[in-house]
Amino acid sequence: MAKAALDVKDLHAWYGDSHVLHGMTFHVQEGEVVTLLGRNGAGKTTTMRALMGSGVRRQGEIMVGGASAIDLPSHKIARLGLAWCPEERGIYSALSVQENLMLPPEVRPGGLSVEEIHQMFPRLKERAKSQGTKLSGGEQQMLAIARILRTGAHTLLLDEPTEGLAPIIVKQIGRIIAQLRERGFTIVLVEQNFHFASTLADRNYVVDRGRVIDMIPKHALADNKEKLVGYLGV
Amino acid sequence: MPTVFGIPMAALFGQVVLGCVNGAFYALLSLGLALIFGLLNVINFAHGALYMMGAFAAWLLLGYAGIGYWGSLILAPLIVALIAGLIERLLLSHLYKLDHLYGLLLTFGLALLLEGLFRQQFGVSGLPYAVPPELQGVWNLGFMILPIYRGWVVAVSVVVCVSIWALIEKTKLGAILRAATENPTLLAAFGVNVPLLMTATFCLGAALAGLSGVLAAPIYSVNPLMGSNLIIVVFAVVVIGGMGSIMGAVVTGFALGLIEGLCKVFVPQVTATAVFVIMAIVLLVRPAGLFGKRR
Ligand SMILES: Nc1ncnc2c1ncn2[C@@H]1O[C@H](COP(=O)(O)OP(=O)(O)O)[C@@H](O)[C@H]1O
Ligand SMILES: [Mg+2]
Repeated sequence: MAKAALDVKDLHAWYGDSHVLHGMTFHVQEGEVVTLLGRNGAGKTTTMRALMGSGVRRQGEIMVGGASAIDLPSHKIARLGLAWCPEERGIYSALSVQENLMLPPEVRPGGLSVEEIHQMFPRLKERAKSQGTKLSGGEQQMLAIARILRTGAHTLLLDEPTEGLAPIIVKQIGRIIAQLRERGFTIVLVEQNFHFASTLADRNYVVDRGRVIDMIPKHALADNKEKLVGYLGV
Repeated sequence: MPTVFGIPMAALFGQVVLGCVNGAFYALLSLGLALIFGLLNVINFAHGALYMMGAFAAWLLLGYAGIGYWGSLILAPLIVALIAGLIERLLLSHLYKLDHLYGLLLTFGLALLLEGLFRQQFGVSGLPYAVPPELQGVWNLGFMILPIYRGWVVAVSVVVCVSIWALIEKTKLGAILRAATENPTLLAAFGVNVPLLMTATFCLGAALAGLSGVLAAPIYSVNPLMGSNLIIVVFAVVVIGGMGSIMGAVVTGFALGLIEGLCKVFVPQVTATAVFVIMAIVLLVRPAGLFGKRR
């Protein structure tokens, strides 16, 4: 049996006094692509923040590659091999494209080389000297994904990487995620666009009001279409 | 004797040099404040006290350990940085989650406390500190006489300011610092130890204040109140330059020193207020300061 890259049990999270996650439970095997689907406000982004220990108070159990992350500060969680591409992308305007790309420190050996990354994202090489936030939305998204590939992190948390982007860019990002999967990355993908997500994912977790309410594996998607539409309200 | 607008050239150049020397201190001190404010969001009112402690460290090292100017130039900033590191770890770091005001109040209280301690121990009359033999004397530049030590102070300040600027704008560490200033939460999620970075930045800013103190010791006498006299102008410099802007702090520091010097020659009665008048005008026209970005 494959090893668990990520094992989350009964995860609660709060913003101040506002209790947002009410016992999220899910797991991701090494090399798997798993989605978190759910309506706006369901708690997907908060789940990612809670995993990274970033900006929320949390409680429960988070195991990253067998090591407990619940009591660690954010920078030590990253060093367990978890890398995050946040919903707002987080490209630094005070840094050039190249500086943004080189910013995250290496957390373990075995990340992609800069040459490999530039091959995957040629635009980032052409625009290396530009200010990070001068890139188009799609390019900024590419940069946000690219910069976490260098670090040797094995599990990638991608929060709505296609949000607000043109269909052609969405397709490109889909191809990139497929490539990353080929390379052995474990991926947790948050999506509202479930047509996009379902073509990539091995398993789909449905999140509602801070809980996982269902899990649908790839092969069962076709039979559960109506149920999913009901969950997501699409 | 040649004159400009009826002012003797020598007097004019004398004031320009004095302005540059003051500017050198403004630049070093406001650079440290800008670094600290940029990353820690703390308006460090203890900065003047750290500067004063740099001067005292040099004086004490000489009197009690026989370590002269050149040794102090390295050691005193390190000592001040160490003290600052303790202040940041033990006190300041607990306040980051609260409103800015608490950091300001804490550092203000610390400044009073430190100055009080030194005043009790050393009085207020000022202690002499000699110019090192290597830097005594003057250079005759033909059009003016330049005291070597003053030229040295300006040169050190320029070199240090340019080095810090290059460190921040051109190196990997600088990119991490800029990123920490812009979005520390995400940087931490990438695996960077942001609290450590904050401590280091506070120490660096403090070291610059300590260095200024050593540089100042032979010019102004070593005095527990030397910092509080200077720091008000330095805060005006930081506000005019733009809170947290490195370039703004350095350029404005030197420019204001010069403007003050020129005021002394042409309109001596406004010298004391010139900086604050400029501050008021800049705040009206560009509230974020000359080099500042709106937050
Ligand atoms: N910074 C915040 N402070 C307070 N409440 C928040 C914050 N961010 C999100 N929330 C609330 O938490 C809930 C979950 O939000 P989020 O995790 O962003 O949902 P999703 O990513 O699934 O759309 C929502 O009700 C939202 O209003
Ligand atoms: Mg979201």
